[in-house]
Amino acid sequence: MSTSVTPDAPAPATAPAIQGAAVRRGDRTFLGLSRGAGILILVLMAAIAAFLIWKAIPSLQANTANFFTETEWKPDADPAFFGIAALTFGTIMTSVIAMALAVPVGIGIALFIAHYANRRLGAALGFITDLLAAVPSIIFGMWGLSFLMPQMQGFLEWLTTYFGWIPLFANDLGIFTRSIMIAGVVLAIMVLPTVSAISREVFVQVPREHIEAALALGATRWEMVRMAIFPFAKPGMISASMLGLGRALGETIAVALILSANYTINWQITEPGGNTFAANIALRWNEAGPIGLSALVASGLVLFVITLVVNMAARLIIARRAEFSGANG
Amino acid sequence: MSDRTPAQLSGETRAESDRLLHDALAGGKLPRWAPAAVGVVALALAAVLNLVTFVDGVAGTLVVAALLFGVLQSVWSFVVEGRRHAVDRLATTLVYTTFLLALAPLVAVLLTVIVRGLNALSVDFLLTSMRGVSPREEGGGVYHAIVGTLEQVGIAALIGIPLGVLTAIYLVEYAQQGNSKRLARAVSFFVDVMTGVPSVVVGLFVYTAAILTLGMERSGFAAALALTILMIPVVVRSTEEMLRIVPRDLREASYALGIPKWRTILKVVLPTALSGIITGAMLAVARVAGETAPLLLTTFMSQSINFNPFSGPQAALPLFVWDQFNSGTDASQDRAWAGALVLITIVMILYLAAKLVARFTGVKK
Repeated sequence: MSTSVTPDAPAPATAPAIQGAAVRRGDRTFLGLSRGAGILILVLMAAIAAFLIWKAIPSLQANTANFFTETEWKPDADPAFFGIAALTFGTIMTSVIAMALAVPVGIGIALFIAHYANRRLGAALGFITDLLAAVPSIIFGMWGLSFLMPQMQGFLEWLTTYFGWIPLFANDLGIFTRSIMIAGVVLAIMVLPTVSAISREVFVQVPREHIEAALALGATRWEMVRMAIFPFAKPGMISASMLGLGRALGETIAVALILSANYTINWQITEPGGNTFAANIALRWNEAGPIGLSALVASGLVLFVITLVVNMAARLIIARRAEFSGANG
Repeated sequence: MSDRTPAQLSGETRAESDRLLHDALAGGKLPRWAPAAVGVVALALAAVLNLVTFVDGVAGTLVVAALLFGVLQSVWSFVVEGRRHAVDRLATTLVYTTFLLALAPLVAVLLTVIVRGLNALSVDFLLTSMRGVSPREEGGGVYHAIVGTLEQVGIAALIGIPLGVLTAIYLVEYAQQGNSKRLARAVSFFVDVMTGVPSVVVGLFVYTAAILTLGMERSGFAAALALTILMIPVVVRSTEEMLRIVPRDLREASYALGIPKWRTILKVVLPTALSGIITGAMLAVARVAGETAPLLLTTFMSQSINFNPFSGPQAALPLFVWDQFNSGTDASQDRAWAGALVLITIVMILYLAAKLVARFTGVKK
């Protein structure tokens, strides 16, 4: 490799030019450019927060209801009253369902690819899940609505019939379409590649010695997974779940297509209805007046803060955990 | 297995203790055909349950069969092999099930898009716009949307990739220099955080900053700005990873020859990592090409061809799909699926090409 460095570049023509002031100027320019790009990212993040806050203020001032506890969304009414209670509920509920399904399954897939399937099959399956991470969210939404929803009908009826005594699964309407439950399942499928890809990455990095030591001590494969793989990969698994959660919280189009949006807090999650921050923005955008747009910006700000907190927490957990994991060096 | 213990060598008690020792170490073992046998029994039981109880439907029966399989095999294993092996078998069953459970919907998505997308797909569909085509009519196409998507994604790539690569260079090559360390750590942290900012929030930002504040009109360019912001962190991360793989020796060899740092980066580090950077950039492009939400907020959907991203409404593939799908007539639904097929094809081609680049020209670790 080093041969490619030696011959042409520092030949006589450039040799005098790369000394003294020219070096410093070149280096300074380059450092300036790249540092500028880095600073731009910080500025962008700050600007996102600043502009969202600034443009949210008019609606928050016009609002006659409590922004955090009101469920209705009528910012363009006179007087304006709207709040994010129903949106918060829908966002958290869909994400919780998504995570409850996607985390165990995603980690299972990652385990399968990394340590259960043979190398070839594992590589192929890893490629397929990666490929599905690239499927645009609108396509997941359309698929959820026209393929998955009819498929789930029978299961949801069954769930209500036999587990209807759990308030969450009760269904008084007898209608099982466009519900928070279905949105949650579609979200789960969407974040699955994220969760499994990142978990897989860390599973593969587990030092061979740890695995073989566990097996040599007579551990079964599952005991090896619990003793060697999980402890090593824990920060990575948390990171994977958090990133999946971030994606689920902010997912817009798929949810907007699936939910029949309304502004009630309904714990019976198999009934139609519900709404999320992101979906609400997409659905209300084109019909909103000035205060309506500002109100949507305000709800976007809340979503921004929530995802920011989730992501930062994930990063901090990983940063702290990394110190304990002595196997890295 | 215990009957193989050589009893004659060492008397009755010795043989007994050998057997015990052997059992303790190796234990009983289920025959190799056990999973298959249990599988057949589980399927049969599920089928019976299907006939006589509330279990119905193919999917439901299969789920019940899987549950029975897990339980039956674990119980058998528990009796013969002991608790640890029973748990191991249960875990193996679960891991395999999760995989099948996940693969099914993932494959179903692709199949649905292909099957339904082929209804309206034709050469005409690729080469005409929707100008003058009412939602109820058949015909029309995605040409205007393809033009829009290519321009918007192209502009985003033009701005986003250099910015991302420069940031990565800063993080990898300059972060160690004295007072840069703290700044670099902050940048690195916020790049990670930026990856998690929902695309709809980025759309809101571009709307509030560029359109409301700077007075830009809703246009393809505004959409491209949103896509740029979504792309940057992806490019930074992948480039950073690639730059870190470039061996330290290469840089030091270059320094030893008296070549200044910036030329080393340009002539040695970047070329070595180039294929990886290209792969990362293509993946970033593929990722943003399918984004719908930010476009919805920053550009207006148009039914006709507009080559100018700086003024007037400009369509894009995801917007086209959204628009047609929500029109709700049979013809528009067919168009939506065909549009989705075109979109997914473009994304997949980008994705596969990126993987091929990585595979054939990657940095050797």
